[in-house]
Amino acid sequence: MSETGALPLEATLAAPEAEPRRRHPAWATLRRLFRHRLFVTGLVLFGIIAFMAAAAPWITDANPNRLSMRNKFQPPGGDWVFGTDNFGRSLWSRVVWGAQLSVMIGLSVVALNAVFGTLIGALAGYFRRLDNILMRVNDALMAFPAILLAIGVTAMLGPSTFNVILALGIVYIPRTARIVRASVIVLREMEYVQAAVAAGAGHWRILRHHILPNAMAPMIVQLSFLFAYAVLSEATLSFLGLGAVPPTPTWGNIMAEGRDFMRDAPWIIAIPGVTLMITVLGLNMLGDGLRDVLDPRLRIQQ
Amino acid sequence: MTRPLVEAAALSKHFTLGGGGLFRRPGETLRAVDGVDLRIMEGETLGLVGESGCGKSTLGRLLIRLIEASDGQVLFDGADITGLPPAKLRSLRRAMQIIFQDPYGALNPRMAVEDIVMEPMVIHGAKPDAAARQRVAAMLELVGLPRQAALRFPHEFSGGQRQRIGIARALVLRPRFIVCDEAVSALDVSVQAQIVNLLQDLQREMGLTYLFIAHDLSVVRHISDRVAVMYLGRVVEIAPKAAIYDAPMHPYTRALIAAVPAPHPAGRAARRAARLRVEGEMPSALNLPPGCRFHTRCPHAMAVCRSVSPPLREYAPGHSTACHLHDPQHRPAATEEFAA
Amino acid sequence: MSLLDIRGLTTAFQTERGEITAVEDISFSLEEGEILGIVGESGSGKSVTALTVMGLLPRPPARIVSGSVRFAGQELTGLSERQMQKVRGPGIAMIFQEPMTSLNPVFRIGEQIMETIRAHERLSTRALRDRAVQMLEKVGIPSPARRLDDYPHQLSGGQRQRVMIAMALACNPRLLIADEPTTALDVTIQAQILDLLMDLRDEFGMAIMIITHNMGVVAETADRVMVMYAGRVVEEAPVGTVFDAPLHPYTRGLLDCVPSLSAAKPRLVAIPGNLPEPARRPSGCRFRPRCGLAVPACAAAIPPLDPHGPGHRVACIRATAEVAA
Repeated sequence: MSETGALPLEATLAAPEAEPRRRHPAWATLRRLFRHRLFVTGLVLFGIIAFMAAAAPWITDANPNRLSMRNKFQPPGGDWVFGTDNFGRSLWSRVVWGAQLSVMIGLSVVALNAVFGTLIGALAGYFRRLDNILMRVNDALMAFPAILLAIGVTAMLGPSTFNVILALGIVYIPRTARIVRASVIVLREMEYVQAAVAAGAGHWRILRHHILPNAMAPMIVQLSFLFAYAVLSEATLSFLGLGAVPPTPTWGNIMAEGRDFMRDAPWIIAIPGVTLMITVLGLNMLGDGLRDVLDPRLRIQQ
Repeated sequence: MTRPLVEAAALSKHFTLGGGGLFRRPGETLRAVDGVDLRIMEGETLGLVGESGCGKSTLGRLLIRLIEASDGQVLFDGADITGLPPAKLRSLRRAMQIIFQDPYGALNPRMAVEDIVMEPMVIHGAKPDAAARQRVAAMLELVGLPRQAALRFPHEFSGGQRQRIGIARALVLRPRFIVCDEAVSALDVSVQAQIVNLLQDLQREMGLTYLFIAHDLSVVRHISDRVAVMYLGRVVEIAPKAAIYDAPMHPYTRALIAAVPAPHPAGRAARRAARLRVEGEMPSALNLPPGCRFHTRCPHAMAVCRSVSPPLREYAPGHSTACHLHDPQHRPAATEEFAA
Repeated sequence: MSLLDIRGLTTAFQTERGEITAVEDISFSLEEGEILGIVGESGSGKSVTALTVMGLLPRPPARIVSGSVRFAGQELTGLSERQMQKVRGPGIAMIFQEPMTSLNPVFRIGEQIMETIRAHERLSTRALRDRAVQMLEKVGIPSPARRLDDYPHQLSGGQRQRVMIAMALACNPRLLIADEPTTALDVTIQAQILDLLMDLRDEFGMAIMIITHNMGVVAETADRVMVMYAGRVVEEAPVGTVFDAPLHPYTRGLLDCVPSLSAAKPRLVAIPGNLPEPARRPSGCRFRPRCGLAVPACAAAIPPLDPHGPGHRVACIRATAEVAA
């Protein structure tokens, strides 16, 4: 044990294998995700719905609103894949176009949350002075049951697609903000953030480079569940007549109209119901998978 | 020794706990650092020891203004930096840096090593160009990492290697003063020695001044020129290391040193029997005892210790302690031999 | 017959990247009343060894690949969880590094101690309470009767560790496993806890297996020392021999690389390199890439743990070569 003083350098040089490969940690995460059975199943289920939504103009031949009284109450199968409703409109067309609207509304609500939920959560979590006021407003909004608040807002603004998005945004942004705030508060105390402060980094740089990228994981998980809630809430609102105005094909509208013919033409309410279920189930499985892989605290328990 | 690079004058940090919220109540006050005077000379390593909760880490962060003082001043290179506005503070940050304990929490997991080390340069106006990358590579080499490390991410490295990355980040701006906050405490012993050697080499090469915070008294003895001992927010003794370890004056310092496990099993039973033991544990900084803060555990406590807080006073050249036992005014006959 | 006798124990973990051997082919024994220090750094397998003995490893992902663990003549490896519960407590007890997470925060400490005793003995509540007070007194908690009704968060770190020890001792175990019992504590508290462990051994005559990375803790407590590296035992000897005449280069490195409190060293003699990850262990002797004495033959095979004098076993083909030189 004599001349070991000079050795450490060489030994550390040899330690990680020498090929210079820029392996971003995200790759490993992606690989784990695609090995996660629940995530993949969810992705496939939701992928089907997303495909229907995206390809709506090409996979439907009939205008979803074209009436054809001769063909009303056609059962599924035969000429009409999903049958027809009380006005003889193709249910396939209506459900597919409804999927488009659902996905569009879901995406919009998710986008609103991603922007404003993150903004409010990050500000509240990072700047202690803003925390109090922002979180009290948040708490006040969260004190209402989600769907009641959504009903209240749409009732006030009047039924329209845009108002549904707005209402769901107002309902869910406080919840997203809370989750973002919680992770920001933890990250703010990390030593690498302290190191950036010590190096003279400003608030913006710290948020942008050190806090937000590391707060992404719980955020993505939350947003995938939020997508499911948004789709479900939108269906509820339009079922109650507070969503997009009929005859716009939304799953809620279709089900609301089909309600009167439940006994004679059950498919009118069953098909959009099942589609809605597949969407929500898929998104929830997707979210569970994301949570298992991205949120280490929960992964340990798995 | 030359002149002081960093000075603390009556420096305090009080945290208010509880309270807060919409219905603000006056919370309890935690006196993490309470009136500390300290000078760190240019080019020296000042060791700072004490048990967890004594305020040593808070003091380190106060000195580089990572947290704001409640009271008192910090002088850097003779200039008061306590009230410095953010813009001026930013340029000062080039001169003082910190190395953290946890090699896992100290590096952003989503940044490549190159970006981590380069960040301080970019903050201070460097363009992330080839020249900057060259400098990062040189820095990595200096701390004993291969050039290829630049393109990797923190999770690909072991604890010791991560600590090297943290050191490279701290040194890239060529600072003059570095706070090493338990910088080797979390490392495996076989790797710890490498990092201690590296810190010493770097100090020699770059003329650095260190505040070396640690709870391991052996490591502190090895690396320091002088050592300060903290107890409940106060410095209770400060002296050149030989004096601290071979002739400690404060009963707390004596107890600390006596508690360190011996490096050899021979005679351990006798040692165990003879050891100066302190009973109990450090009281909470929320509820400080009156008088000398150590009197609740001190085997030599006198009446005066319960009411009067002893000042930090120089009793031998360069050797100061805050203890009534050494003050001729209070020193009782019975403890004459103790003080001798 | 030894109190604890471990032969050829290999424990592995199933991971995403295949099976990883945490502990490989280790054999040692522990006598009644003896203190064995197991020294190692991260990844050495010292904690896995302890958890295997306690039957506390979650299976899966852990798996005992081979070997036997005999405690007081009883084979433990094949026991069901229920049978194992009978061994834990009166047979083997364990204390951990982090006393905060080892105590349940929502129960009073008295209830937790009484619960431990109740699992093994039928006693009246009054007797249980008396016993709990007695235990707290034994471990040096002041005014134990009053502390019985405290919650863990009301105690300091050192006191929590004392409570953990009280719980471990409540059923008079014959073997106490202490896994880094003082690592989370300050030096003055560490000294108190080590003193306590020694006193308890002297009083009850139980065997103690103390797991640590700190050679000083070993020097203060152990009768015999076993040094582990990367899942294998590299050296085993009486405590005096380990400190005076260590034969394995790793053991010597461990002793040389820590600074001393008394004597000044100009420069620390560092062990170069890093600890190998379990998945990337080198061939042959695992310490070879960091060893100053390594020769090509070290890469050929894992060196066997050979006897080198009384009670002294070393796994190094260069051990004797160096001594002769």
